[in-house]
Amino acid sequence: MAHEHTADGHHDHDHHGPAHGWRRWVYATNHKDIGTMYLIFACVMFFVGGLMALVIRAELFQPGLQLVDPQFFNSMTTMHALVMIFGAVMPAWTGLANWMIPMQVGAPDMALPRLNNFSFWILPFAFTLLLATLFVPGGAPAGGWTLYPPLSLQAGDGFPMAIFAIHLMGASSILGSINVVVTIMNMRAPGVGLLNMPLFCWSWLITAYLLIATMPVLAGAVTMLLTDHFFATSFFSASGGGDPVMFQHIFWFFGHPEVYILILPAFGIISEIVPTFSRKPLFGYDAMVYATAAIAFLSFIVWAHHMFTVGMPLAGQLFFTLSTMLISIPTGVKVFNWTATMWKGSLTFEPPMLFALAFLFLFTIGGFSGLMLAIVPADFQYHDTYFVVAHFHYVLVPGAVFAIMAGVYYWLPKWTGKMYDMKLANWHFWLSTIFVNVLFFPQHFLGLAGMPRRIPDYSTQFTDWNMVSSVGAFGFGLSQLLFPYLIWKCVKSGAKSESRSWEGAHGLEWELTSPPPYHSWTDPPSREIVARGVQH
Amino acid sequence: MEQRAANNKLMLKLLGFALGSFAFGFALVPLYDVLCDLTGFGNQRALAQAREATENPDDSRTITVDFLAELPSVGNWEFRPLVGSMQVHPGRLYATEFIAHNLTGQDTIAQAVPNIAPGRAAGYFRKTDCFCFTPQKFAVGEQRPMLVRFIVDPAIPRSVDRITLSYTFYDESTRVASLN
Repeated sequence: MAHEHTADGHHDHDHHGPAHGWRRWVYATNHKDIGTMYLIFACVMFFVGGLMALVIRAELFQPGLQLVDPQFFNSMTTMHALVMIFGAVMPAWTGLANWMIPMQVGAPDMALPRLNNFSFWILPFAFTLLLATLFVPGGAPAGGWTLYPPLSLQAGDGFPMAIFAIHLMGASSILGSINVVVTIMNMRAPGVGLLNMPLFCWSWLITAYLLIATMPVLAGAVTMLLTDHFFATSFFSASGGGDPVMFQHIFWFFGHPEVYILILPAFGIISEIVPTFSRKPLFGYDAMVYATAAIAFLSFIVWAHHMFTVGMPLAGQLFFTLSTMLISIPTGVKVFNWTATMWKGSLTFEPPMLFALAFLFLFTIGGFSGLMLAIVPADFQYHDTYFVVAHFHYVLVPGAVFAIMAGVYYWLPKWTGKMYDMKLANWHFWLSTIFVNVLFFPQHFLGLAGMPRRIPDYSTQFTDWNMVSSVGAFGFGLSQLLFPYLIWKCVKSGAKSESRSWEGAHGLEWELTSPPPYHSWTDPPSREIVARGVQH
Repeated sequence: MEQRAANNKLMLKLLGFALGSFAFGFALVPLYDVLCDLTGFGNQRALAQAREATENPDDSRTITVDFLAELPSVGNWEFRPLVGSMQVHPGRLYATEFIAHNLTGQDTIAQAVPNIAPGRAAGYFRKTDCFCFTPQKFAVGEQRPMLVRFIVDPAIPRSVDRITLSYTFYDESTRVASLN
């Protein structure tokens, strides 16, 4: 790194290290600083959303209404989803993209650094607005994160605040995605081709296109809700010739690609970690790229499987069932390729690999329950029950969240230049993996037995599994406290890590020192370095 | 600097893409109506219009028609069908009445929106006359029965032996007033 300067108010960031104090963060244009802020923000939101989940699980520990009133309970389910999706998982992905993509493609920074600063700093305002709804008359939105009218319109003063918060989150992720696309398309170092860049970059490139295509559709849908509520339009009001079911169509046209936005970057990370700890190149790189693209394409034509029960023609039911089932083919290609990568590899089980293996196994369980839900007559029974809750939590928690954890454990030594406490990380892994199953597996049984979601009370026959699930929830929530502690401990007193923190790691990021210089790849990597870095 | 120009160019293209997606979200509204018109599925407009029909009775079949009346937004009204259900033969003209009573304490104009379940029966349920074709004006305290005449098309699939016709009354006072 260049010499540290001390002159106040002078920050010539072309040649020097970071600015000092708050300016470094508020005026940040460095992709590593912005990545760090995104990740810290995501971590804070993960705990805020987690706290809301614990309110839900505490209330559901036993039948009857004991801790919170039903309206607040419904606010908790709604806000938990919004905070976790838009506040925790999506910013975590953007943070990882910020940190890793420039280093992986040999670029000095993201393509549009000021836009990058703007994308991040929108988020704290958006979430202040969203969380403030908890304190206004009428309370936070309580009609479910899907915001179906007319229920979502029967809200208090928090309604327009939540809508504007969603607009802001959308703007943030659209701008962040534009930055990712421009960086990957225009900023790759010579020799880093589209078909030999790391799969994390590929999966993010496709995710970014999904975001640019669908977030504006959500913005449109919530704008229509807003005008229906305040300006007497009737997009979704039957009395004026509108149709509430149309909202569901528009929402899920965004909503289904959104679930792939949450999971595709996970596929990218797993595709980096599994080869590293198997000490083998990824099996079927090209097939992985095409499978990701196929999943992205299919995600646009399956939306109505979320709403079979509103009724649709038989041809529609068949189309959406079959197109949904079709997604299991490219997803199956991925799972088989990861497994084939491990076949006859020299496997070791460091924390990133453990999380990746748990991802592989548990995400696939979530995938299978998704296939069950795709079958129309079965879906009529499962719809809006805890089976659905179990399904999407299996793909999002041991799916997306575990992949984020795996990514952090994989790259933390690179970011900080220090190795974390492996023993503690193993504890974190085992506690998380055991409790996440104690938490969510019983919800399959509850759903099959008919327990509806989003209700604060339940019939007594559901008590046992709810108690088990709540115990799992508190176990899982408390084990997550290890995670920030472990990162803090690593930054504070970790042992020095080498440039190549993992023996089997390949990629341009591992050709940089650990920690990487504040401005990395200011000169593009040489051909030899690229050749060594991009091998797969 | 070439790099910068290229980056800005791509950024603008992608912003255009995002704006196009925003417009597409709104374009889904008319597209949705077009799709409903084409498939006839869940088509409120067809249900809310008078249809011509000729009697062509098929007395070998009997279908149960249930009547429902709902009041989500009109406020303090009474609204109910005269009879809860009827046994009908396809191809024969029937009439029944719904009764509404305005208890809101003010003159009210309300619009009834019909709905047919199951959806696959909707295309075969023909109303030759209905109070849902026009907004209904009710003075304070007024109570009156309202007529609906219908024929079930004999071409209705054999699997349908029960149809539910429901009406939902919406307060349209402000909207109708603004039209006049």
